[in-house]
Amino acid sequence: MQTENYTIRKASLEKLFNNLVEKGKTVYAPKAKGKVVLFENVERFDEITEDYIVTTNSAKSVVFPRVEEVFSYKKTKEKTEISDASANSFPDVVLWGSRPCDAAAFIPLTNTFNRDYTDIIYNKRFEKILILTFSCSKCDEYCFCTSVNSGTGNTAGSDILFTKLSTGDFLAEVITEKGKLLVEENSSLFEAKPAESKEQNLANVKTYFNHEEVQSKLQNLFENPVWDEKSRACLGCGSCAFVCPVCSCFDIQDESHGGNGSRLRCWDSCGFSLFTLHTSGHNPRETQGARWRQRILHKFLYMPDQSKVAGCVGCGRCSRACPADINILDTVTSL
Amino acid sequence: MSNPNIYIPYLMRIEKIILEAPGVKTFRLKFENEQEADEFNFKAGQFGEYSIVGVGESTFCIASSPTRKGYIECTFRQTGRVTNALASAEEGDVIGFRGPYGNTFPLDDWKGKSLLFIAGGIALPPMRCVIWNALDLRENFKDITIVYGAKSVADLVYKNELEEWGNRLDVKLITTVDPGGETPGWKGEVGFVPSVLEKAAPSAENTIAIVCGPPIMIKFTFPVLEKLGFTDDNIYTTLENRMKCGFGKCGRCNVGEKYVCLDGPVFTNVQLKELPAEY
Repeated sequence: MQTENYTIRKASLEKLFNNLVEKGKTVYAPKAKGKVVLFENVERFDEITEDYIVTTNSAKSVVFPRVEEVFSYKKTKEKTEISDASANSFPDVVLWGSRPCDAAAFIPLTNTFNRDYTDIIYNKRFEKILILTFSCSKCDEYCFCTSVNSGTGNTAGSDILFTKLSTGDFLAEVITEKGKLLVEENSSLFEAKPAESKEQNLANVKTYFNHEEVQSKLQNLFENPVWDEKSRACLGCGSCAFVCPVCSCFDIQDESHGGNGSRLRCWDSCGFSLFTLHTSGHNPRETQGARWRQRILHKFLYMPDQSKVAGCVGCGRCSRACPADINILDTVTSL
Repeated sequence: MSNPNIYIPYLMRIEKIILEAPGVKTFRLKFENEQEADEFNFKAGQFGEYSIVGVGESTFCIASSPTRKGYIECTFRQTGRVTNALASAEEGDVIGFRGPYGNTFPLDDWKGKSLLFIAGGIALPPMRCVIWNALDLRENFKDITIVYGAKSVADLVYKNELEEWGNRLDVKLITTVDPGGETPGWKGEVGFVPSVLEKAAPSAENTIAIVCGPPIMIKFTFPVLEKLGFTDDNIYTTLENRMKCGFGKCGRCNVGEKYVCLDGPVFTNVQLKELPAEY
């Protein structure tokens, strides 16, 4: 659909939030917790913080929880009964305060869960989320969205994009039918579009590299000392994958309590040494350098080759979270 | 009908268990649900996820031929948590199966050609599916040669079938065991698969070579095949990367731009040479 622009006043934004909560929606929004800001389930508008560049965790867990039951079972000596977890009802979720990079990340994530085989649980969750993104007025040295086709005021992946204007009011760009429906349900809160453009209110993120150039360079860099050099400090902790909004590798594990239990889809990481280990003891990716290479190649070469979309949105979370200070931007720009 | 939730396994009853070798068992599995049995189809080379609910899933090929209807078979070695739990299952027990996944051996394209099967140890099961498929359509193929080796006589799997293939006039079977693995009455060869293959020197003319075995066997077998005149497009193998989902999402069998579970497990040597060596 064609984008529709409106103005929404700050006080009306709070009313919009309250209307959503009253309607029984589960709202996830940035909430300060000690030194970090996390996407958390909030019920009051004043719980939400505006003071963040990006949250520490990504928003992927609203559609791809860290642990997801795929079925439960009941087992006796005579019989095994399986209950399909995709028949459960999934909550109506509003993601409030995502950044343009968070919203953009849902595109490759959704591609993965629909390529060849459709993951019905992911899709059921995805159908029920409303993505209300807020443009970035601040950035830091870890941000590089502009190098990977995104930007601080990018609308891709959002239902509505809000941008704070110099007046303190917000520009609301309504991008999807879901967003349009929200405006219709709350029409008194949305006013005629503002005179001010959004561009002057956006943070300027420097463009560090051209991702298409990186993609073409990587075709010939499989054997290269850079992988070992840049990953020497790596602890293999997997933090980078867990905070990444695009990383979707998972493990399948069973949990049992006597004759009952469930099969679970759990986050995993290509950075873990056990990830590719064969039962025989053979490991195709034996070193941390080989694992770091896989992470970069998967995001910047394999994914764009397969689906035309990079597996990185430039949010910089992996670099901020790394306890060994390994920086993805540093690796990519040094190629 | 197969479940729209791709994580849910079919329930399969173990109809028969065969002890093949120490720690190696074959299960014959039948669908609990008749409609699922009728709708189920697979082709030679495909694999599945076998599970004990409450313990977990493990990846093996379907070891029976698609020409044998009404059941599937799998052969596995007890090595980890899931395979140990499977091994303690009894006839009549119900286990889970998801599949079939992956690509297939292009048997239709091989019509009119000779087939040379080369297998080592526990890698005969993925090949047994193709062997029986070809033998059940015997008139489609010229010579069929099987070279199979294991560490010791006890480690050879499908002993009854080896005897049957050995007795058939339309199959040439060469079995071998590693030096020291022979028993007093052993009538087969003694030596490693690549050298036994080199000695037998089967013709490469109009022949497809299918190779499955441990990485070390494959490494030394390919040069022998090259010496015998096999070109890379006529050499097929299967990759056995670790997998969890089987449907291209969990990420661990990703090699270069390929997912072994979607684009494989069957690859020609031409395709293999285009992949980074991460298998």
